[in-house]
Amino acid sequence: MSKRAPAGKIQKGKRPGRGKAAGRAASKATVAHQKRSAKVVQMDLFKAGVVLGSEDEPAKPTNAEGPAAQGSLELAEPPPGSSRQGRRGHPVPRRRESAESMASRQREISVSEFFTKNRHLLGFDNPVKALLTATKEAVDNSLDACEEAGILPSLEIAVQEIEENRFRLTVTDNGPGIVKQQIPKIFGKLLYGSKFHALRQSRGQQGIGISAAGMYSQLTTGKPVEIISRTGRSKPAHRYEITIDTAKNMPHVVSESVVEWEQEHGTRVSMELEGLYKKGRRSLDDYVSHSALSNLHAEFLYRTPKGEEFKYERLANELPKEPISIKPHPHGVELGILMRMMKESRSRGLAGALQADFSRVSAKVAEEICSAAGLPPGAKPKNLKPAEIERLFKAIPKVKIMSPPTNCLSPIGSELIENGLRKMVQADFYSSVTRSPAVYRGNPFQIEVGLAYGGDLPADELADLWRFANRVPLQYQQSGCAMTRSAISTDWRKYGLQQARGALPTGPVVLAVHIASVWVPFTSESKEAVAAYPEIIKEIRLGLQDCGRRLGAFLSRRRRMADAEKKKSYIERYIPHIGIALREILGFSAKDEEKVVSTLKDTLERSRRI
Amino acid sequence: MARDAVTKIKAQATDVREKILKGKSPSMRFPLRALSNVKYDPKQGYFEMRGKKKERTLTVSTVKTFAQTLRMMALSKQLVEQDDIATKREAYYVSKNWEEARFLEQTESDAVMEDVEALFETNREQLGFVPEEKGGEVAGRLVIIDKDPNTGKKLRIDCTKFGSGAYSIPITVEHLAFETPARFILAIETAGMFQRLVKHGYYKSANCVLVSMGGVPTRACRRFIRRLADFKKIPVYVFVDGDPYGISNIYRTLKVGSGNAAHLNEYFCVPQARFLGITPQDIVDYKLPTHPLKEVDIKRARDAIKNDPFFQHHKPWVKAMNHLLEMGVRAEQQALAKHGLNYVLEKYLPQKLRHTERFLP
Repeated sequence: MSKRAPAGKIQKGKRPGRGKAAGRAASKATVAHQKRSAKVVQMDLFKAGVVLGSEDEPAKPTNAEGPAAQGSLELAEPPPGSSRQGRRGHPVPRRRESAESMASRQREISVSEFFTKNRHLLGFDNPVKALLTATKEAVDNSLDACEEAGILPSLEIAVQEIEENRFRLTVTDNGPGIVKQQIPKIFGKLLYGSKFHALRQSRGQQGIGISAAGMYSQLTTGKPVEIISRTGRSKPAHRYEITIDTAKNMPHVVSESVVEWEQEHGTRVSMELEGLYKKGRRSLDDYVSHSALSNLHAEFLYRTPKGEEFKYERLANELPKEPISIKPHPHGVELGILMRMMKESRSRGLAGALQADFSRVSAKVAEEICSAAGLPPGAKPKNLKPAEIERLFKAIPKVKIMSPPTNCLSPIGSELIENGLRKMVQADFYSSVTRSPAVYRGNPFQIEVGLAYGGDLPADELADLWRFANRVPLQYQQSGCAMTRSAISTDWRKYGLQQARGALPTGPVVLAVHIASVWVPFTSESKEAVAAYPEIIKEIRLGLQDCGRRLGAFLSRRRRMADAEKKKSYIERYIPHIGIALREILGFSAKDEEKVVSTLKDTLERSRRI
Repeated sequence: MARDAVTKIKAQATDVREKILKGKSPSMRFPLRALSNVKYDPKQGYFEMRGKKKERTLTVSTVKTFAQTLRMMALSKQLVEQDDIATKREAYYVSKNWEEARFLEQTESDAVMEDVEALFETNREQLGFVPEEKGGEVAGRLVIIDKDPNTGKKLRIDCTKFGSGAYSIPITVEHLAFETPARFILAIETAGMFQRLVKHGYYKSANCVLVSMGGVPTRACRRFIRRLADFKKIPVYVFVDGDPYGISNIYRTLKVGSGNAAHLNEYFCVPQARFLGITPQDIVDYKLPTHPLKEVDIKRARDAIKNDPFFQHHKPWVKAMNHLLEMGVRAEQQALAKHGLNYVLEKYLPQKLRHTERFLP
């Protein structure tokens, strides 16, 4: 679901990262601090009516309600550092405060303001990553917009180096365009709308969207974001320059005009930002090429800051199957979500609410849950007390419920993955597999694996593991990812590769792993690694083993053929000497010698084939 | 004898050719050359082959060795017919002209040569191949009758007249004749000990023939001692280091032959040889200075007890080997110098020779 869906639709916001991402940079005390701060912001937002899109992890109102006041206090007066830290690193109050004095400093925090102070939570923690994240957000938005409008995407990504560590990023798509009035909101307001109850496979799990990138741009260069958009041939192209009023979380239009644009429809976003461009693994170049692999229905033109131009052609002329929204499955729901769902339910009775708001809950199942929880099926969902909802929550696992529907997933497809690999790497062997959908904690997911071997790939390095979640390449935190764990725990030696203990296999190998899910469980809000649920680990490993077996068969066939070749040359080489020796001993003619040699060759050739 | 070799080579080659022309894979049957394929019968006095054979069929993986074996046979036939000889090293160099079938190392050509030798159950001299190594040295009351290689005239060689030097055993000894008043032959492991005995004229006082083997005796050396001992019906006493190598490799090979070329042991053995010293008991009796047994010594000794039919047959040897293993030490011939440089010829040898019945079998 894109932020840039056709006008009028409810937009789904993307909520900020929280918690773990911060930990990498800060001390323990600061981490704890930021974690709590983040929670507070969510609550404030929630109260203020900005609905958080919680695609990956539900907010937990019950947990957050308590510390809210305290959190606000801390936010209102940022920690001055060590002076507030106790021996064990816990914040120690400096002096006693009255509730009133605290209240005087408590105020609502704007999302934008929070983001400006915590940009590392959004994937902008270092210059290399910042450039990558900004590109990612723009590309995700463009792809989502095109797909929703049923257009085969054509993207142009240009990154120019303006001066040292300063770049201009321009992403142009052939999408449906954006109606004039919506342009400022989409690019100048964070967390714009939300769609909460439906689960759907989407890219929108990457962060907070293009507006965060714009904010980062504004923060580091002071320049506005430039947008050109056109919705059709008969429509004019509008050009906007927008900044974000960070205090109010409102767009500020710097300039607005109608311009000539050669494209009939589409959108161009351009922004200047601080960053760093590097080559090699996990680089921007890698991101673009990997995106091309996971979006084979799209074509990409990519201009690097070094003036290179890469063109990734479209390999599929059909859009991927449109993912279907499903309602949450009871087995995957968390207490906080359940509470909110009950609060917001439009049904009059509990049993009806369960049936209406969850997938796979029939009248009979709803009845069973109610009786297991000891609640009357007719109870008003809105009036349930927290303790009752908790009982309901504990009752759900006791009831047998059918697995969620899996037709909601849209995998890339094994054939396309293989074709993509063929296009991207020069190898001797390719294989790919799309597993059947499976379920973890009530969420359907599907694993796909691609493998390329040999050719131009470096032979004495560790295998290159390319990770994808809902078609988006994952670049960071490889070691903490379920995909890496599965690849390491697979015994590649069985398939003819070398592998050190606790490492990826060594050899000319590329492994591509894709997880498609209505809800990819990331290990942290930075959304760079997939959590290690046993079901997911198992599915990935089965996929890897499938490809591995085929690789093993290929390698042994190749070895056999090399052996046969060697044997053949052996025959060619040494049999004449048998002829020479026999002739020297027995003294027969050259013709006889030839006969001996040719007969023997025939005999051996025949035996070799058996 | 030489003609015989050519006949055998031709027969084998004909067999190979016929099989090839019939569209079959030719094969050759080689005797298995290992200790496991020998038996020891003290009445015979040497290791005999049990007759286990290994069929080597021409397949893709054996084609190289097969071709090399045949080419080696062709070389042998040429040598015999032209009454020429080639050393092992020369044969290796001849193969360098065989293009792809050439040998890369001399060990490869030696192995193929030994295969051919075993295949025809003959010795390599009869195939025209001669070893590189020296045959050993002789000093003492012995006249050897040889002939001049060019004129064919009889030559009388007096082995007392080499001064501080010695007579060198030739590669072939079949044509030699002997005249000697000696009472026994003393075969010595090291050249150093041999020189001491020669320098002090020990052969005069003890009335014997001294032979320096220089480690494991060559075939020529074994054959020389055997012919001399048979001819004069005199005993052979062996004086080597008191360690598993001296006992198992040198003494055993001299007496009963080797497992590797078992088909030749009948000629290249000295069944009448007896072990003078250094015995494990000597180490105790003469309070000899010792060195600890090395890893390979221990392995060799255990191997002898466990796998060698000769030692297995002679209980005193099993006892002596175990004694050595228990002590965990070895003593060299020269260790006797502890009691004085000439203690060996003044005391040790005379004392031992007084009780030859106590010598180990």
